[in-house]
This record gives sequence, C-alpha cells and structure tokens, in this order.
Amino acid sequence: MPRIPLTWLADHVELEPGATAESVAARLVSVGLEEEEIIPAQVTGPLVVGRVLDLVKEEQKNGKTINWVRVDVGDEHNEEKDNPKDPQPGEEVPSRGIICGAHNFVPGDLVVVSLPGTVLPGPFPIAARKTYGHMSDGMICSTAELGLGDGIGDETKGIIVLGKGSAEGIDAKPGDDAIALFGLGEEVVDINVTPDRGYCFSMRGVAREYGHATGGAFTDPALSGAAGEDSRPTDAAATSGPDGEPVPVQLKDDSPIRGQIGCTAYVAQKVTGIDPSAPSPRWLQQRLILAGMRPISLSVDVANYVMLDLGQPLHTFDADKLTGGITVRRARTGETLITLDDQERTLFEEDLVIADDSGVIALAGVMGGASTEAGESTTSVLLEGASFSPISVARTARRHRLPSEASKRFERGVDPALPQIAVQKAAEMLVEFGGGTIEPQRTHVRTEEQPALAPIDLPLGFAERLMGVQYSREDVVGRLEQIGCTVVTASTPAAGGEEVLTVQPPSWRPDLTIREALVEEIARLVGYDQIPSVLPKAPGGRGLTRLQRGRRAVLTALAESGLTEVLTVPFTSEQVLDDLQVPADDERRSTVCLLNPLQDDQPLMRSSILATLLPAAQLNIARGEDAVALTEAGTVFFRGSGQVPVPSAETRPTDAELAAIDAALAPQTRRLAGVLAGAVAPEGVAGKARSWDWADAISAVKRAADAAGAQVEVVQGEIAPFHPGRTAEIRTAEGDLLGHAGELHPSVIKAFKLPAGASAFEIDLDALIESAPSVVDAGPVSTLPIAKEDFAFVVDQNVPASAVRAAMLVGLGDAAESVRLFDEYRGDQVAEGKKSLAFAVRLRPLESTLNTKQIAQLRQQAIDAVATAMGGELRA
Amino acid sequence: MEKACDSVSPTQEFPSEQEIRAAVDAALAAIGQASSSAELKQVRIDHVGDNAPLSIANRGIRDLPKEQKAAAGKLIGGSKGQVQKALAERQQQIAAEELEQALRSETVDVTTWQDRLPRGARHPLSTLGDRISDFFVGMGWEIAEGPELEAEWFNFDALNFDEDHPARQMQDTFYVAPEGSGQVLRTHTSPVQARTLLERGVPLYIACPGRVFRTDELDATHAPVFTQVEGLAIDKGLTMAHLEGTLNEFSRAVFGGEPITRLRPSYFPFTEPSAEIDFRCFSCDARAGIDHDADPACRVCGGTGWIEMGGCGMVNPAVLRACGVDPEEYQGFAFGLGIERILMLRSAVPDMHDIVEGDIRFSQHFGTEI
Repeated sequence: MPRIPLTWLADHVELEPGATAESVAARLVSVGLEEEEIIPAQVTGPLVVGRVLDLVKEEQKNGKTINWVRVDVGDEHNEEKDNPKDPQPGEEVPSRGIICGAHNFVPGDLVVVSLPGTVLPGPFPIAARKTYGHMSDGMICSTAELGLGDGIGDETKGIIVLGKGSAEGIDAKPGDDAIALFGLGEEVVDINVTPDRGYCFSMRGVAREYGHATGGAFTDPALSGAAGEDSRPTDAAATSGPDGEPVPVQLKDDSPIRGQIGCTAYVAQKVTGIDPSAPSPRWLQQRLILAGMRPISLSVDVANYVMLDLGQPLHTFDADKLTGGITVRRARTGETLITLDDQERTLFEEDLVIADDSGVIALAGVMGGASTEAGESTTSVLLEGASFSPISVARTARRHRLPSEASKRFERGVDPALPQIAVQKAAEMLVEFGGGTIEPQRTHVRTEEQPALAPIDLPLGFAERLMGVQYSREDVVGRLEQIGCTVVTASTPAAGGEEVLTVQPPSWRPDLTIREALVEEIARLVGYDQIPSVLPKAPGGRGLTRLQRGRRAVLTALAESGLTEVLTVPFTSEQVLDDLQVPADDERRSTVCLLNPLQDDQPLMRSSILATLLPAAQLNIARGEDAVALTEAGTVFFRGSGQVPVPSAETRPTDAELAAIDAALAPQTRRLAGVLAGAVAPEGVAGKARSWDWADAISAVKRAADAAGAQVEVVQGEIAPFHPGRTAEIRTAEGDLLGHAGELHPSVIKAFKLPAGASAFEIDLDALIESAPSVVDAGPVSTLPIAKEDFAFVVDQNVPASAVRAAMLVGLGDAAESVRLFDEYRGDQVAEGKKSLAFAVRLRPLESTLNTKQIAQLRQQAIDAVATAMGGELRA
Repeated sequence: MEKACDSVSPTQEFPSEQEIRAAVDAALAAIGQASSSAELKQVRIDHVGDNAPLSIANRGIRDLPKEQKAAAGKLIGGSKGQVQKALAERQQQIAAEELEQALRSETVDVTTWQDRLPRGARHPLSTLGDRISDFFVGMGWEIAEGPELEAEWFNFDALNFDEDHPARQMQDTFYVAPEGSGQVLRTHTSPVQARTLLERGVPLYIACPGRVFRTDELDATHAPVFTQVEGLAIDKGLTMAHLEGTLNEFSRAVFGGEPITRLRPSYFPFTEPSAEIDFRCFSCDARAGIDHDADPACRVCGGTGWIEMGGCGMVNPAVLRACGVDPEEYQGFAFGLGIERILMLRSAVPDMHDIVEGDIRFSQHFGTEI
C-alpha cells in the first residue's frame, strides 16, 4: 500500500520519457518510498474489438444452448476462409469462428475478443481449442474475465457489448486494440510508505516525491480546482439554521486525548438529485481496481477516488436518512453503533463519533454506520470532509480492531488544508457523473485553535555537522523549499556568527518537528550516496566480560564433549510442565503468560530450558536419530511482581523510577541445559556401545564448570523431571544451588518418547560463571616424590561416597594431592545394609619427602576421620 | 675362572700375530652372519667368551717375557675391542630389525577407526554472533546485553515510539499478560542501547547481539524469535559518514571483498535521519561494483545486486534526552542487522525452519567454526 497506477501518477507529475513501472519504482526508492511489488499489466496479447456477423444457437445434450458465432476482428486478425469441415454460420467472409455461452448480444454488436495468444488476468492464457464440436478461435469476454468487476445490467450475466453497461459511450471498430480501449495494459507500482509520510498515502503525495526524484514538473491537484464557496467559516459553537440552510454542525469535545481536540475542522456539503442508477464511469472504476479498491456505487466510488487522489478521507451519508444536525463528540457509556461491515459495536467513552438526533451514526475517521449508509436508492448525500485527531482515530481503530483506509490516513496525519478542497472535488464529480446538484450552502466549522506546525530553527551548518556531507547554502535552502517549506533567513547572523534559518514546514508534513527531520529532507534529496565513508575511532575497549567469555568457553567445551547446541523457541504450555511432572507449588509454575501468543496452545514463556529442549530431543529421535546429545544456553522467565511503571520519556527518569522498572520486571535468568539419550557411540570395531547415563549428565556439568573455571559440588537430590533416586544437586563450592543433573524420570522419558535411561541437566549458567574466582591463584607445584595409598571403608549404604571422601581429605590434610573413588561394593562380603568404598589416594608433601612413619601416621588420620564422621571402618 | 685359567697350558705357545688376526677375522665374519639376537649371543660366546682364542691369548700375556707384554697387550686389546665394537653395532642393527618386524606384526586396519564420542557442535547463530562480537571488540567497542522480556518503557517510550504512533503498532509485539502489565517481549535489541546509555553514559561504543521477538508465523524466511545485532556509537562529532564507514567495515569483515554499502531514506522513531542498509551482493558479478550487472539468477541478491540488511540512522535527540545525554553536545548513530539473514546468505541456508527447529543435523554442518 498504496498502489500507484502510472497513468494516474502522470495526471499530477510529468513522467520521464519511456517511464516504466520499474523505472518509476527505482526513482521512488531513491527518495525513500520502498517498492513492495510491481503489478504487471493485467492483460497482454491480441485483445481486440470484434463485430458479431452471424450466429447460430446450438442446443447441447446437457441442456445448455451455445452460440457458434462468426466475428469480424479486423483485417489484421481475420482468417481469409472458413475451414470447409467446420464452416462458420452465415455468409463466408474473412472472420473468426468463436463459441460463446452468453446470450446478451445479437449480430451487429461490437464485442471484446481475446484471440489465441492473449493472457487474461489469472493468468488465463487463451488458445484455439475444440469445444462443442467446433474449433473456437478465441473467446468473447465478460467484464469479470478482463478483471473489470461484475459489470452492470445484462453484462453481469453475459459479455461486454460496446456502447452498453460499463462500455457505455465507447465506440470502436473491429480490430481496435481493446487493451488500450479499456485501459487494461497499465502497470502498477505498489509501494511501502513509512509511518512518518502520511501524505504519500495519495497520488498527490507520491507525485510530489516523484517530482523530487526526477525534477519532473508537479501540479498540485489540491490547487488545480476551485475550492468552492464556503459559508462563512464558523467557530465550534456555531450552528446553522433549519432546512434549506447549511447543515448544522457542532464540534463538542469534552475530553480531548493528550490535549488533542478530536475534530478541528468539519466540512459538510449536501449534493441532491443524484441519479441512483448512474454508474461510476468506467475509467474511475478501472482506477479504483488498479489502486486495489472495489467499485461499489457512484457516491462511494467518488469519495474513495478523491481520498486516493488527494489523501483526504471523505464520508458519504445518505442525506435523507439523517435526522437533524450533526454533532462530533465523544461516545457515551452504553452507546452502540452498527458499522458498515454490519458489526454491532459497543462504543468506548474515548471514541470520537459523529451523531445526529437519532444517536451515533459513524465512528469518526474510522468507519461509517449502517443506518445512514448511501445505497442503491440514494439520491441526496451529505459529504463529510474533516480533520480528525490522529491519536483519537488511532486509538478507536485499535480498540475496535478496525483498521480502515480512512483510519490509516488519519492516524498518520492528513493535510488540514484538504477538507474543503476534497469535498468540493467530490461534489463536482457527483454532479458530473450522477447529475446531482450542489446545494448552495456548505457548512464549514472549525475550532478556534487550529493545529499549526511550529517553525523550526536550523543553523545553516547543522546538516553538514550531522551528515558529514558538505552542503551548499543552495542545497539547504533550495531542498527545503522544494519540499514545500517556507525558509526565512535572519537578517543578521546570530551571536555565534552562524546563520540560523527559520523553516516553516508545509501543512502536509506534520512529521517535520525537529531540525534533524529537516536534515533528512536535505540529505535524501541531495542523495544518501553523497555520504562519505569514515571509520570512527572508539576509545580502547575492555573486551568481552567475564560472563561473555565464560559462556563461550562453556558451550565450546560441551561441543567438544560431543554435545550439539540448539536454539529452541522459548514458548511452552502448562501441558509440557505437566509432562515434566512439575508440581503445582514449584517456582517453575510461576510462568509468564503472553496476551497474544502465536499459538493458543503455547501461551507461556519457558520457566525451564528443558521444557523446550526435551521436545527438540523428541523431534530428533522422531526424525530417525538413535541417540541425541543436545545442549542449549538461554533465558528462562518467571512471573513478575506486578505492573511495570511507564515514566515519561521527555527527560531522563530518576534513578528511583528506573529502579522501580527493574524491580517489577519479570525475573529472567540465563540457564544451561542438556539432554543425553541413547548410545554415546554405536557398537563397532572400536568397542561395545555405551549409553549416555546419569553420570554423563553430571560429567557434562563438570565439563562446563571446568571450562568456566568454577568448582562445583555434587550431592544427592530429588526434583522433577528427574528420577527420584538418580538426581544430583549441583552446588557451588560455597554451597549455593546451581541446578540439577541426572537420569530423567521414566514417566518423563515416556512422555517425550526418548530412549530408556535418558539423562539431562539444567543449571544457572551465569551463577556458575560468577562463582568462579575472577583471578586464579597458581599455588606451588611440588616436585617431591609421590606416595600412593589405597583405602577401603565399610559404611552404611546411605552414606554418600562424597562424604567419606570429604572426611578423608580432612584427615589427610595438605599432603593429599588427590583422593579418587575406584570401587563401590555391596554384597555378601560386607554386612547387611553396608557397602564398601575403595579409594586411591596420592600423597605429595610440599616440604620434604614422606617417610614410612609419616605415611602410616597420615593413613591413621584418614581412618580416624572416617570413623568419627560416619562410623566407617577400614575393611579387613 | 680359576679352572679356566688352569686349563690353559703355561707351556702353550703364545699365538702369532697372524693367528690373532685370523681369530679376529673369524669373529667379524661370524658377527656379520648372525641374523638374530640369539645367533649373535652364540657368536659372542664363541669369539669373546672365556674359551675363545682371543680370551685365551689375553690370559697368556702374563706369561710372556716382560719386553713382549706391551706389544702383545696392545695387539690383543685392539683385537678384542674391534670384535666388541662389531658385536655392539650388529646388536643394535638386529634389535632395530627385530623391533621393526615386531611392529609390522602389530599392524591394524586404521580405516576401521570409529568416533568414541559423537561429533558435537555449536549452533551457527551463536558462533556467528561470537564472530560478529569479535569484529566490534576488535574496533574497541564493547558488547552489551539486556533482558529479553522488557519493560515497555525501554522497548518503546525511551526509543521515541509514541504510544499512539502507528510505528508502535507496526512492531508486531508480543504483549505480556495481564493487559497493562507494562511488559513486552523485546521487539529489537535497541532497549539494550537505552539501558547501557543510562548505565554507562557517554562516550559509548557498543554492539548488542541478542534474541528478539515479533508475532510473525514461522515460515521459510520468518520466525517469531530471531537474532539481531545492533550497534550504537555516541560521541562528540559523530556523523552519518561514520555510520557508513562502520557498515563498510562490518561488510568487509563478514562477507569479505571490497564493501559497497547503499543507504536508502527510511523512517525509524529512534533515528533521524534514518536509512535502510543495502550491501552490494557478495556472491554474483555485482560484487565487482555498481557498474557490474547482477546475475539474474543469483540466489543471494535475487538478481537485484543488493542485499537488504537492516536499518540505521543518527540517534534521535529525543532518545538521548530520555537517556540523560545532552543532544547539544553529543550525537551518534545506531544500526541493526539480522543475524539469521546473514547466516542464511553466507551459508546458503534454504529455510528458516532449519535454524529454529533444533534438528542436530543443522548445527552439525558447522561444528564449532563458521
């Protein structure tokens, strides 16, 4: 949006010689109107006018009657002779034989024929083909087949006959090019308009910009006609008299939104005596279609046409359905309106409405109401052209989810100079095409305060200082004047010696509010390609942060351990949390819910990485992987404590205001998770298959901790979604909980269709990295010989090996270089309820070599420590 | 020993020099013929053992008249040395041959090799993100981060998105329940710029990579979650020329070649003036310059010669004011690029689904390098 038919554009601006849709699009891009697409001509090939010379009606077995028609399509296209095996009806003359199923024509009529080689909209290529026993050498066309809509009168059920219906007034001779005749060869450029350029939602605005790009002469269509005679503009309180007098209009806004009055100007013009059967002229319908709108009726089409042309939305009321005068006001509680789309809408008090004595009749600037709709029997209309507040229209359109052609324009800002010009133009068109009469009195009311664009001070050198381009005075002043600004030069330079220009933006550019916006205008018209390339020199940086380095190291270490990083979409559901067996009171149930999720069954933000990583594991298995080793580092989200305040952005918020934002914001942490399932490596020559298991999950966390330079402790734990007896808590050296690792609960494994024994981990990644020392102390490296000692302790089965190891370390003191568990035994050799744990110890003193006596002493200390701590006995 | 000595007859005649040389020659010949450690051991016994002629002769020296002892000692010593040296050399030779043979017998078929660990990989988006971060760090910029679920104030208000301006509606925002929570999933990483400006002040040169969210259905080229990197430089005297220079350098680093960057006028609430960024296609003939035509079938630029990369502009003074920076003193630029798009173009990724679905085969194309 909007769509620009080239011939329409050419009405307002001189096109370059040989201009094509592509060249026009390229010109518009250069001034900032992006090309959306180029819509090629709807019809190509030999589409010509033909005269029906003769026809015979042939009844078919299916009950249908078809016409076998002899058509004169002009010397250039006629076949010399009939095919003797398939003669056409009537006297043989140069012509073509065509089968036609329509019946709204007789010999002598001029019709539109698509000869073989024509491509109709669809695309629908036409070829000669055998049908109903004859060789049909083309097709006689209907309006719909040419992309001209449903047509008028008989042609809605048949074909186009020149001089009738939508081809009324068209005269031609056989062989004439019907593409040109009906304007079907037109290319259209569809452009994107950024929200600051509301004026480009019109041919007037786009033509102006095309002129800027090419220098082509632009004729402002808003200045090219007489604006008509207003009754004396009156202020808001003024109303006009009874019938025959101008329609009384009142502007009453008791509660402007953000200081913006809802309606600052309202023009009402009655046009009476319109022929309700008068169609819109074909060219007008054609332009509407090319611009992407549907022709409806003359009065509606005219309003739409003027809107597309000038950018001023108009509304057409059926004047006979109005009761009393017009009031523009805010809606009242409980008021409803059935809009033109037949939806009954309950209005909000903030909605700006148009009302008459019967109540609300339209949503101002958004959509009209059904009760006053101009329809097939309408003979008098009231044309409305108004200046509505962008904020008010935007809010109403949003609240009612009702974006319309009108609201789109109003919320971007409509030139306040346009209402009376647009109304006058529409009224004149109704007179011209519908035989109406413009009532002599027009109502034009305005608020006392008119929205005015403030002049902007622009130091002459400011554009250069912002763009890094040397602009001449002519560049600055000339370009601003070119876009319609009035530039006033101060008679004497300001104190600093620099000349300051006072720039008054034109009425259609409400976006020009700061000097930087003026610089953009100068820069884009001179050309962004003039900007030189200069690399800025930043002061020395500090490199990556500890967290950033740590995350990279961790993910790389896991990749090197055989895990594959994936990035899942963080949307999830209560169902997934159920599948993970997360209890109701778990913090992971305190989720963030989206108001407008993409999928209704995934409205939650994940509170656990596993909530989205396990489905990814499932997907890989479902796609045929026998095993998966996945990891993901990402954000998890928890419900915040309440509403996050929105302070003013006019100035910097206070520290307290900023702190209040962060305090209320949903808590988020960055976590690391992994899923390990199936075989580590399949069985093969190199050895037997081994499956990933709970110990691999803990090991992966250890790899991550090592990579981050952090120490972690592993203790027995229990939490969903893990196996209750095979879960490790991962804690920092200080004992803070980081997360969990272990085998998944069999029900979870089943829910996600993973291989048996599938294991997983999830830890707080940033906390892990932050637990690492910021600086590593090296410590001495002893070169003294090592002493190796083995121990086996019998302890209760519920005593963790890590506790025994910890007790040994206490007993052995600094001399212990390492203590490693190498065997765990339960069975006949130890008492019921007991187990044996065997440790290999390496002793390495820092001071002097250990003698036998010292070693014996250390052994005893370890044995005593284990005995004291957990009653463990050295195994005999 | 005693016995062996005794067995030598004192009356036996001391061998002649010729006989000694013959014994040496016999020993050297035997050493040369020995082909294994075992054979060489026998040769050692036969020729330098207690009963070998040279050993016997050596013991005979003590019985020679005093004036002959020196010459005989020199002859015998030299001869024995010669034999021992040959033995040692042969021993080393045989040991090497035998080791060689032993190793040969241990030959394995190395092509039966198998991975002991599955191949791991980083996700290419994170590797590419790291690489892009490194580019900025290399210029002295820093990498800033912020929350993915963001306060509306940071995502919109601080960035000059008026609450009623259509630009705010065009962001396709995910809103956090309940209505009026004041929170959204950030639609861009620009709120990080605002946070960092507020926290660190100016001058500031930062890049902000991160995940962002828009209500776009997942299809071949769109995803509701994607990755952006934004740059922000605020200092005294920065101009749009510095923006152009930075983008050129970025293009050179990521796509290689001589960069050609085209800026097109556009609109963003947080920049004024604003521009869309196009890079000259790095893939087809268009890379040679704007006077070279693009390949009409080019998969990277679609035959246009240009790749749309993102948006940029000079930071709007309203943003600077909201972040406590005096726009009369400082100005700067900002830009935003999509990392998925860069990845898809650089590595010929055919479909966005591959990037977001979590199929390991996608990440495994890349390993830990990009």
